[in-house]
Amino acid sequence: MTALLNVEELSFIQKPGGSWFKKVSGFQLEPLSFSLNAGETLAIVGENGSGKSLIGKLLVGAAKPTSGNIYLNGQKLSERNLKQRCLSIRMIFQHSNESLNPGITVAKILEEPLLLNTQLSQPDRLKKIDETLNLVGLLSEHMFFYRHMLSDGQRQRLALAKALILNPQIIVADEPFAALDPSVRSQTINLIMKLQQDLGLGFIFISHNLGIVRHISDRVLILQNGKVVEKGKTDAIFNWPNNEYTEKLMKSHQSLVTPK
Amino acid sequence: MANLNMYQEEFHPSPLVHTWLEFRKSHIAVLGLWVLAFFISMVIFGPLIAPFDPLMQNPNAFLIEPAWDANGSIRHVFGTDSIGRDLLSRLIYGCRMTLGLSILLVFLSMLVGVAIGAIAGMSRGVRSSILNHLLDSIMAVPTLLIAIVIVGILGVGLVNSMWAISLALIPQFVHNTREVVRAEMQKEYVLASQLDGARRFHLFFYCILPNMYEMLVVQCTMALSVAILDVTALGFLGLGAQPPSPELGTMLSEGLKVAYKSPWSIALPGSAIFLMVLSINVVGDGLRSALRNRLSH
Repeated sequence: MTALLNVEELSFIQKPGGSWFKKVSGFQLEPLSFSLNAGETLAIVGENGSGKSLIGKLLVGAAKPTSGNIYLNGQKLSERNLKQRCLSIRMIFQHSNESLNPGITVAKILEEPLLLNTQLSQPDRLKKIDETLNLVGLLSEHMFFYRHMLSDGQRQRLALAKALILNPQIIVADEPFAALDPSVRSQTINLIMKLQQDLGLGFIFISHNLGIVRHISDRVLILQNGKVVEKGKTDAIFNWPNNEYTEKLMKSHQSLVTPK
Repeated sequence: MANLNMYQEEFHPSPLVHTWLEFRKSHIAVLGLWVLAFFISMVIFGPLIAPFDPLMQNPNAFLIEPAWDANGSIRHVFGTDSIGRDLLSRLIYGCRMTLGLSILLVFLSMLVGVAIGAIAGMSRGVRSSILNHLLDSIMAVPTLLIAIVIVGILGVGLVNSMWAISLALIPQFVHNTREVVRAEMQKEYVLASQLDGARRFHLFFYCILPNMYEMLVVQCTMALSVAILDVTALGFLGLGAQPPSPELGTMLSEGLKVAYKSPWSIALPGSAIFLMVLSINVVGDGLRSALRNRLSH
């Protein structure tokens, strides 16, 4: 059986330099491979600037890989065809606030992907929007709201709804809980885990919150300076880290979790 | 979901209604809106309201005082000018001409300016710069002076002065649109739409335009007051609308000759211009804060 998502030797090189006006610092993502099954959660962990978000961007097509291929259900994804890709891989951005258009209503925000990628008629679209809103725990009335009228948790739910509305197979979430308070955060996490179970979604979770990672992920990928230093089952990595950097990370996490 | 409305007290205002609710909070803005509405109704229904033909000369009624004067008559409410034309009718037709033309000019230059600015903002590199700075040289000179230069080349007349003014108004629209489009293109929701497969056309009308209204309102009201002042100034200088036609600036310059005998013949068109520009600025200001507040609470 082929995995839902297969990433082979994906790499990205940003040469240092740029023009007179704009300096670009170099960055190199070493070739990495991983695969993801339906219903599975993969967490990508690493320090700031280690290339976590870049992997997310490469997966959804916001950045172009220098080499390597991405296979979805055994089928190679072309760089050009974003439409095909966005139907199955959807992204939740780091700041849900900025990924929602402030000038239009929630209904229109959710309608946009449907309008661009499906041939649904107007009443069908409304029905779908309504269903998706209910799915993530919002109300039908929220359709008429604007971004600024929602709380942070509701915005996060809306971002999730926007990702779910096209019935994707994989969701890539880039630090989705960074700005949320603990109670809303755990609500959202439970929501995502429930939806994942119900819909059989593959979930790629980019974070540096090890507590959440340990709680929700099946496998972990640990990055340092664009290099994969360790990958494997969450349990194994948290309990028996092989790499020095991983060990440090786990220790710092443990010292926070266990009372002295 | 059925189309049944069970909770009738539930109220979901549309964006337009939202803006109106915010706008209504400022009393001065609402007053300005009434004044502006009055002028616009003059523009639309002028010919139905005006009691006389604005060009008709009455040899029996030179320089009649307004109705509130002891020597005035109710037949000519605002009196007549030096060749016996009814001032009220001329004022009504004058509003029609000055305000109507200015609105038309601003609308035209807004369409052209926003189109150029949007293309400039969404493209990169040399093409963007060329489009952006295409009309910059015009901005270095005051609009009135450009209008005078163009009128000097093309000849005196209302149509020529209209071309001149609309050309002078375009660069501001181009620059502001480009700025806003540039800023919006950096936002994450635009990236999200791009990932959804949105093309430029869709991006502009769906993502960027809804966030551009505030800038457009500010720019339009500024352009409108500039346009009114320019149209009247050119008329006053004798470069725009020509004497028999009832244009407020032209009326002012005609009235100047008999200013000592009948001060109302300059006071009335002058205050009409003043009220027009004032109301436009007040309404524009109110609209701007209403649009901004609509998205903040």
